[in-house]
Amino acid sequence: MNLFTSTVGRKILMAVTGLLLIGFITVHLLGNLSIFWGADAINAYAKHLHDLGLLVWVFRLVMLCLFAIHITFGVQLYLENRAANSEDYAIQKTLVTTFSAKTMVFTGLIILAFLLYHLLHFTVQVTNPAISATNLPLVDGHLDVFSMVVLSFQKVFIAVIYIVALIALFLHLSHGLQSWVQTLGWSTGPSQDKVTAVGKILAIVYGLAYIAIPLFILARIVK
Amino acid sequence: MNLTLHVWRQKGPQDKGKLVTYPAPNVDSDMSFLEMLDEINDELIRKGEDPIAFDHDCREGICGMCSQVVNGRPHGHQERTTVCQLHMRQFNDGDEIFVEPWRAKAFPIQKDLIVDRSSMDVIMQAGGYVSCHTGGVPDGNTFPIPKKVADYAMDAAECIGCGACIAACPNSSAMLFTSAKVAQLAALPQGKPEARKRVQAMTKALLDEGFGNCTNHYECEAACPKGISVKFIAKLNREYLKSMIPSSTAEPV
Ligand code: HEM
Ligand code: SF4
Ligand code: FES
Repeated sequence: MNLFTSTVGRKILMAVTGLLLIGFITVHLLGNLSIFWGADAINAYAKHLHDLGLLVWVFRLVMLCLFAIHITFGVQLYLENRAANSEDYAIQKTLVTTFSAKTMVFTGLIILAFLLYHLLHFTVQVTNPAISATNLPLVDGHLDVFSMVVLSFQKVFIAVIYIVALIALFLHLSHGLQSWVQTLGWSTGPSQDKVTAVGKILAIVYGLAYIAIPLFILARIVK
Repeated sequence: MNLTLHVWRQKGPQDKGKLVTYPAPNVDSDMSFLEMLDEINDELIRKGEDPIAFDHDCREGICGMCSQVVNGRPHGHQERTTVCQLHMRQFNDGDEIFVEPWRAKAFPIQKDLIVDRSSMDVIMQAGGYVSCHTGGVPDGNTFPIPKKVADYAMDAAECIGCGACIAACPNSSAMLFTSAKVAQLAALPQGKPEARKRVQAMTKALLDEGFGNCTNHYECEAACPKGISVKFIAKLNREYLKSMIPSSTAEPV
């Protein structure tokens, strides 16, 4: 069976797209953390991205494909697995699986919903036009992304949406960051325990680093 | 020991089935779980009732026929033990015990605790073999096989095909069972010529028979009475990837 229909093939596609998405969230995180270096740092970073021009669109297209593949197979596998399952046992016991492993499709869908909101909020800038960079005064001739972000996360409602979504991302990663090693066939039994430990630690690092941005702004530590 | 059993009773494949409660007074702690059920059945037959139907054969943990989920765990809570080798001393006086059949769409219930596991046979028939000419027994060591490789294949060959991994899996996937067969044969020289075809055919049969996909929960390994490791699933994934690489010398898949 080919990659798109086989039970293993589709898992491999999910692992590869998942890894590339992790590559994306890594770069995105490093860029965003520049907010802790002040307004000039993140505004310069934003200008850098805008100046890429056509490349931005190539990048967006690739991202769209990655998400499409990852989500299509994620939902497909979930539906097939639910159909394969019979009724529950009177006493339902699981021994080693985790909450994050059992909720992958749900945390994934929360990430998807958040992604759409995130794009409308910071990219298209339609959800809060009053504080969008396109409507804020320019600084040194370019957009004031720093103020847009800070004014947004000072609103409790927006900050909470981001924090909840980032907790979902953390849960998704705490399974995903180790699961791919097994899926791609690189685990040798005992080695998977170490991979799992490293994956969980990395997930916590990603989670804390991402959540720090809305949290520190909400707490007025960054302003 | 004085126990209370809640046993799944289902007259046939179409029946809805339900848990029925049976008191089990005077259980000897040296009895096996199946012997305890034998006693209950004796009593039921004496009363003119239908005895509880369950699968069993060797009763020594090697045939893979016994198949009961005891208190939510396939083969019960004792590690690396089939339910026929589970003894009542593992329980405490006054315990309530739930006994249910393997549950998966690919395992239709036939009666009470008996499920139809032919779907696992279909996976075996798809590739769990090597094709070779029969004839005289070959001399020992005709195929040099390093000890490490032989041990690895033996570990995979420990699988008795009981299906506990499937019963335990949240996705009802047969991946641990399938991977044990794929890994065992792919490790040995006799199995190499058909390795590409085998992994393709067996994983296809797995889906066709209505089993789910593996999503790395590892409940299977925890439930397996023979301690089959999920490292064999990683091996199966590697074998699948290898089978996707075009080759001019290998058998077509
Ligand atoms: C930034 C976004 C995302 C990242 C970094 C990511 C990453 C990953 C990784 C690395 C895996 C492990 C693959 C494996 O087991 O080999 C995974 C699994 C999964 N992802 Fe995502 N993912 C993201 C978004 C999503 C979205 C939007 C969905 C929507 C449904 C989703 C659904 C799933 C599901 C259901 C699984 C489990 C698949 C399985 O184990 O078979 N993910 N993800
Ligand atoms: S892998 Fe273990 S649980 Fe699964 S069929 Fe084989 S012996 Fe039974
Ligand atoms: S009856 Fe043979 S393994 Fe239990």
